[in-house]
Amino acid sequence: MVKQKLIVIGNGMVGHHFLEQLASRPEKELFDVTVFCAEPRPAYDRVHLSEYFAGRTADDLAMGKIEQYRDWGFELHLNDAAVSIDRENRVVTSESGTGKPYDKLILATGSYPFVPPIPGHEHEKCFVYRTLEDLDAIRAASENARVGVVVGGGLLGLEAANALKELGLEAHVVEFAPGLMGVQLDEGGSGLLRSKIEDLGVTVHTSTATELIEEVDGGRLRMRFKGERELATDLIVFSAGIRPEDKLARAAGLQLGERGGIVIDESCRTSDGNIFAIGECALYNNFIYGLVAPGYTMARNTVSLLCGEEASFTSADMSTKLKLLGVEVGSIGDAHGRAEGAAAITFVDEQSGIYKRMITDSEGKQLLGAVLVGDTGDYDQLLQYHLNGIELPEQPEQLILPAADGAAPTLGAGALPDTATICSCHNVSKGDIVQTVQGGCCSLGEVKDATKASTGCGGCAALLKNIVDEELAALGMEVNNDLCPHFPHTRQEIFHMVQVEEIKTFDELLEKHGRGQGCEVCKPAVGSILASLWNEHVHKKPHVGLQDTNDTFMANMQKNGSYSVVPRVPGGEITPDKLIVLGQVAKKYNLYTKITGGQRVDLFGARLEQLPEIWGELIDAGFETGHAYGKSLRTVKSCVGSTWCRFGVQDSVKMALDVENRYKGLRSPHKIKMAVSGCTRECAEAQSKDVGVIATENGWNLFLCGNGGMRPRHADLFATDLDDETLIRYIDRFLMFYVRTADKLQRTSVWLENLDGGLDYLREVIVDDKLGICDELEAQMANVVGTYQCEWKTAINDPEMLKRFRQFVNTDEPDEKIVFVEERGQPRPAEEEEIVRIAEPA
Amino acid sequence: MNQVAITRTQWQPICQRSDLVANSGVCALMGDASSDRKSIALFFIPGAEPQLYAIDNRDPFSNAGVIARGIVAEVDGQLTVASPLYKQHFRLGDGVCLEDETVKLDTYPIAFDGDTVLITTGSENS
Repeated sequence: MVKQKLIVIGNGMVGHHFLEQLASRPEKELFDVTVFCAEPRPAYDRVHLSEYFAGRTADDLAMGKIEQYRDWGFELHLNDAAVSIDRENRVVTSESGTGKPYDKLILATGSYPFVPPIPGHEHEKCFVYRTLEDLDAIRAASENARVGVVVGGGLLGLEAANALKELGLEAHVVEFAPGLMGVQLDEGGSGLLRSKIEDLGVTVHTSTATELIEEVDGGRLRMRFKGERELATDLIVFSAGIRPEDKLARAAGLQLGERGGIVIDESCRTSDGNIFAIGECALYNNFIYGLVAPGYTMARNTVSLLCGEEASFTSADMSTKLKLLGVEVGSIGDAHGRAEGAAAITFVDEQSGIYKRMITDSEGKQLLGAVLVGDTGDYDQLLQYHLNGIELPEQPEQLILPAADGAAPTLGAGALPDTATICSCHNVSKGDIVQTVQGGCCSLGEVKDATKASTGCGGCAALLKNIVDEELAALGMEVNNDLCPHFPHTRQEIFHMVQVEEIKTFDELLEKHGRGQGCEVCKPAVGSILASLWNEHVHKKPHVGLQDTNDTFMANMQKNGSYSVVPRVPGGEITPDKLIVLGQVAKKYNLYTKITGGQRVDLFGARLEQLPEIWGELIDAGFETGHAYGKSLRTVKSCVGSTWCRFGVQDSVKMALDVENRYKGLRSPHKIKMAVSGCTRECAEAQSKDVGVIATENGWNLFLCGNGGMRPRHADLFATDLDDETLIRYIDRFLMFYVRTADKLQRTSVWLENLDGGLDYLREVIVDDKLGICDELEAQMANVVGTYQCEWKTAINDPEMLKRFRQFVNTDEPDEKIVFVEERGQPRPAEEEEIVRIAEPA
Repeated sequence: MNQVAITRTQWQPICQRSDLVANSGVCALMGDASSDRKSIALFFIPGAEPQLYAIDNRDPFSNAGVIARGIVAEVDGQLTVASPLYKQHFRLGDGVCLEDETVKLDTYPIAFDGDTVLITTGSENS
């Protein structure tokens, strides 16, 4: 079979999406794919570009990975722009001189920033805002700057203003039109947005036309505006709109629009049937779609067409919801009410700074558009009314009015048709989600994995959860989060009861809120909750029967019934003397030793009755229990940091020691791992931990909710450049909030994925104290920290507890069934047939 | 001929009440060096009827002597112990494994005599 030669020019978000879609289909094998990319790296997330200044790295923003392209078998040319298209011979030539033949060609060249031809605009302190390289240049220029001006008050301009603010500059926005975000917002919404942004310290100049940019003494810039006004600044960022990148197409003689843009039909085909154009370079119906979602739709349609299916692009919804400088802004459909007979309903709350406006048809039955500023809580619901043509309720104003008694009419997931698009980033319909649930996905996380829904902007998360829950309920799979048959409550509810009613024992809880006698699921879970709240020794009488064997004997049971012992080595730092003790103890008790991934030493093969004696020696040498057996803090891994490493910028070992010593002993729904890296090289692998701390020049970046294991997850950047005190405060709050609200045996990663509102919500709770519980969380943590005890130290000094460690209650003989043989100079458990052989007399 | 006479039901002390741990298990060694020795798991559940249970300590799924270290779990009204290794449930009353009813641990009659715990040497099931 001869493969079709497919060339894609441009590797931005849309180009990447096209390739990703193609790679996910079996038809991928029918194509030989070559990609030309002008930039030095594969596609990255331009929508969240300003987060680059908030601490996200190029890697964090990356969408395409070089290895991924290799796995797909696509040839990726980075830093190698296509320079010409020979349509007659169907050959694309690139900067490096490569000439590649094609059967089908995809133009995904995107757009470039429009810079108004103001005299002086080419000054070296004038920038645009489009690529990571642009941002690097802005950052470099900002180092000696105090003031920065953005020219353009649209969506991108305000993003750029946010970036300047993040860089610590006094930011100004200069807009030619009378209002901000004139495309998406009406006058009222725009006015409120302006006052909110000004409250945040950004100066807004509207109806202002720049006539000249000139350098003045000291290398600063002076902007002269029409009407004799002027403004001094250190740098200028132009963000006054985009223009389609159509140079190649123009040179190749493809049909263009009057004001640029490659003309396409509803199949995304250009005037040459073998060439397609998608994204911001394409002009459909005389319109350039400057948002990523329509570009994705074009990409998907083109993939379908290439695979022999039918698809057509007719128009795309330009509704959008975002946070600009922390202000929530939403715009749906006909925001300006331009349709004939359109009627508006407006709600303004000047006190709280909220503006909402609905545009309906003349009868008030259909929602044509909406504007939301200050609170976009109603956005999802309004969008569904708009997109699916659902008839508005009798009194449509209720949709935007604050609920008087908390009973606002909500559009249940059930009211939506199967065709309703829930996730517009990945074009997932309600039908797709329902099908996935019916196919066996029983949790939000699984549905996200399978459909990709809510993994783009995340705006549909709440609605998605609704649909999943409703569908599960419809299938009779009532979302049962009960702890077990003995407690008809979730772990979170039980935690609350134990806390509020100050319940101190399992029996008391069972009597008040449970039934039956408990089982191996509820007992350890409740034991963990009691420990998190009251922090009593696990061997205290009422708690003894609640613990898993590992917690009971404070060691990890291995497959032959022997145990492994892991002393704490905080931060992985250990003195030679202590290291020697570990070796001596291992030798004395014939233990197998192995270095763990958490920078400590695991000693295997201890018999039950040997544990107290072994711990006696370890404690004498200054060791403490390592809690390797508990659902609790395991290790805080660290690199050597600034003390030794020439790259280190902070003392990561000291921080790791502080953190480990603070949280050791904390009982939690599942194990917790942490790490501290001394610089951005990240040798401690902090981004794969529940809590990861990475040093910066100015303090610490905090990453949360990562893990390794079966389903690895990179931790999310939560906060940047924290001082020591704030870092600890955030970790305190985070851990306690997790301990309070997680399900049984739920790692932080899964917990976060199932948390309504996700990372943003977590920030609101922990940083902004939205729930007003931070004081309480800190107090609870202080209690746990203050009541820490080394459980082993307590145990070996208590004869009653020591009795538990007898192999047999009626004799001191050891268990003769535990047998070891030697391998590679160390003991290991004997296999069944080896035991038989040993038992037989020679 | 009376076959019943052959059953050697002979009570003997195994440990003291103070050796037991309420709502949990301990392990005892039965038999002497010369004969068949067996480790037995003893459970003391004060709120249950009966309060005392004796069951083989060897976990048939792992071949390790660990049953005494399992958690006592009630499953649909039946009192069981969950193996600490692979988590199968064994009914304390008759030793039957709930996950695989063809697997069964031996159980033994056990009783208090004052503060002494008595057990019979012959298996209840053999």
